[in-house]
Amino acid sequence: MIETWNLLLGGFATAIQPANLMWAFIGCVLGTAIGVLPGIGPALTVAMLLPITAKVDPSGALIMLCGVYYGAAYGGSTTSILMNTPGESSSIMTALEGNTMAKHGRAGPALATAAIGSFIAGTIGVLLLTLFAPLVADFALKFGPAEFFSLMVLAFVTVSSVLGASMVRGLASLSLGLAIGLVGMDAIAGIPRYTGNVPEFIDGIEFVLVAVGLFAVGEALYNVLFEPKTDPGTRNKLSSIWMTRDDWKRSWPAWLRGTAIGFPFGSVPAGGAEIPTFLSYSTERKLSKHPKDFSSEGGKGAIEGVAGPEAANNANAAGALVPLLTLGIPTSATAAILIGAFQNYNIQPGPLLFQTSGPLVWGLIASLYIGNLMLLVLNLPLVGMWARLLTIPKPQLYAGILVFASIGVYGMRQSSFDLFLMYVIGVIGVIMRRFDFPVAPVIVGMILGPMSEKQLRNALSISQGDWLIFFKQPIACTFMVLTILVMFVPMILRKRGVRLSEDD
Amino acid sequence: MKTRFSGALRHAAVAVASVALASQGFALDNVKFMIGANPGGGFDQTGRNLGKAMVEAGVAKSVQYENKGGAGGTIGLAQFANASKGDPNALIVTGAVMVGAIVQNKPPVTLANATPVARLFYEYNVFVVPANSPLKSMKDVVEMLKKDPGSVKWGGGSRGSVDHISVAMIAKDAGVDPSKINYVPFQGGGEASAAILGGHVTVGTSGYSEMQQFIKSGKMRALAVTSGSKLPGEPVPTLKEQGVNVEIGNWRGVYGAPGITEAQRKALADAVVAASKQKSWTDALASNDWFPAVLTGEEFAKFVDGEHKRIEESMKAVGMVK
Repeated sequence: MIETWNLLLGGFATAIQPANLMWAFIGCVLGTAIGVLPGIGPALTVAMLLPITAKVDPSGALIMLCGVYYGAAYGGSTTSILMNTPGESSSIMTALEGNTMAKHGRAGPALATAAIGSFIAGTIGVLLLTLFAPLVADFALKFGPAEFFSLMVLAFVTVSSVLGASMVRGLASLSLGLAIGLVGMDAIAGIPRYTGNVPEFIDGIEFVLVAVGLFAVGEALYNVLFEPKTDPGTRNKLSSIWMTRDDWKRSWPAWLRGTAIGFPFGSVPAGGAEIPTFLSYSTERKLSKHPKDFSSEGGKGAIEGVAGPEAANNANAAGALVPLLTLGIPTSATAAILIGAFQNYNIQPGPLLFQTSGPLVWGLIASLYIGNLMLLVLNLPLVGMWARLLTIPKPQLYAGILVFASIGVYGMRQSSFDLFLMYVIGVIGVIMRRFDFPVAPVIVGMILGPMSEKQLRNALSISQGDWLIFFKQPIACTFMVLTILVMFVPMILRKRGVRLSEDD
Repeated sequence: MKTRFSGALRHAAVAVASVALASQGFALDNVKFMIGANPGGGFDQTGRNLGKAMVEAGVAKSVQYENKGGAGGTIGLAQFANASKGDPNALIVTGAVMVGAIVQNKPPVTLANATPVARLFYEYNVFVVPANSPLKSMKDVVEMLKKDPGSVKWGGGSRGSVDHISVAMIAKDAGVDPSKINYVPFQGGGEASAAILGGHVTVGTSGYSEMQQFIKSGKMRALAVTSGSKLPGEPVPTLKEQGVNVEIGNWRGVYGAPGITEAQRKALADAVVAASKQKSWTDALASNDWFPAVLTGEEFAKFVDGEHKRIEESMKAVGMVK
């Protein structure tokens, strides 16, 4: 442990050099900016910045790229909260409560809890990375297809908490998402499904496109078409900028729970950032003492529903560095491109990395602590400015959202077909709002569907068709048992006359 | 009011600036690579090393990479053919894996929808087990396979890949019905390595370069390589040396966008050839155990046609396609 401490101190000595501090700062600013923009994700940005590895020394470049990676996890929440436009798939859950809060004049606290939660989760995540990376990596490898599939079953079941007031409508939305997720070639055999001979559909429908279409475009159009005609000068209310005592009290436990969910799932190969944010949201929804505040109950937005998923997202980003640095296995597209950056310096991330390039890795880890602090300092003062954005009169605000969404989606692959598709989906979003169907389950279905199909097929292939594999392996079985508990415990308790804090 | 608006304007400015940055790929000399596998695998390493060498050779101002994994690279190929029609700066990494996936799955978009540019090198696969596996040699694996074909879980790349074909060929050589093998396809080398390290599959196979860091650090044990003779400087025996009469190589190369002119195609080929002479590229060849085999123009196109036939025949021979 003392040795780790000394190595980390050595790392800080590297990271705190003015040039490296500057690179960290540039990375954080850039990351925040791209996190804000839908369609342009951290993976693309890191990829575009890779050429600088030809000119900058390894520590500087890697520190900057990690700054981008971290900053994007911060920035993604901003547009989710303010404009209901998730910049990344991992900030979709944030939009649910965050945007509702913003509409009720509480954008400030929502942004603040996201920023502080990200800082706390990120810092704890890096601490865990420093101390337990090899142990976590060994645990993460225990996740094979069977474990993943069981985890996804749990995610599917707990997702009912985002289904909204009517189960039937929620399930209809979820099925729509599952159906959209089937479009394109299946990931195992490459057989095209439901493409209707449209070449653009062969590689599937991007979920950021659907999310932006349903959330942002759908909402903007709905407001234009159906909101009662009021004075065109109406603005959103802005009642408070800072978090109240109560906000703090409700955010703390959510941050910690989010971290506990996000970090381990970040470290499992092929995990992705979406599932931990789903699970965190469901957890907060179930545990909250203020169930009436949640947007699906018609409330004013629950702050724990922002704090949890945002913390989970950032802890996940730290967790993803564990397999990256210890095994050379990327768990996300961005992590994978970071591997490319290492390789450009002829450094191979993997089991030998800490031995061959120790000072560099420790410098990188130290810079993550610094980067986290930088992001907090950078983001907190901006909260006031961002929140005031909502005081723009509604017509201009919604027009701005449409422009913003169009630029982002077109930027993904410069395709006018995508733009057209986004507006079609936007119209579907209007219809769904009109008839009271929740839109979040569509995205959840779209993300979970193809992932669980792939894992199920591989798991059954490994077990030679034995469905009991999901109960024979300890981790998979744990998830299955949890699923069953989540499904039946509330029912049994209710039968016995025990009332839960929420009336479900 | 004015100050409030400036916030929104700043927001929009960031948006516009970032998009301008993203669309640089369309300016001349900025080469855009499509890599039809998730990052971390051999396809990925090929694209990134070649891109780096192109920049160093001064034939490309900068390079961008896009990873789109799944189904032997044909999902990436579909996107490539759709999104980069007529783009003289677009390249896609291809190889025997992709040809195999096309032969087996017959996707709507094939290599016929892109323009052949150059073959780069051959590489050979290695069969590995986790360090704590009781299997010590390929003979042990073959015996286990003969006893119960389904009990050996083979992990590797997509269905129809060289990985998959080699497993089917081993089964056939051992007198086991190749349709009985239990092959688990993963997206990209990273996922496959994780599944092998975690013991979720019995035996794994992938390009030697992807596995060598795990072999060298002792986390995996190499059982056999698929080349005709031992790889230079590596002690791992070949399949043939262990009585399994199978030898199979995997080539990689690049294709250009559909609808480019003959002159644009030649310019791309020249750029790739220039890059293949760079030190960083020859270093990459050496460190990954890749064997250079540059071939361009019509000869490359003919070679790929031949590969289609050869792979189709070997797949038919082992019962993978009808």
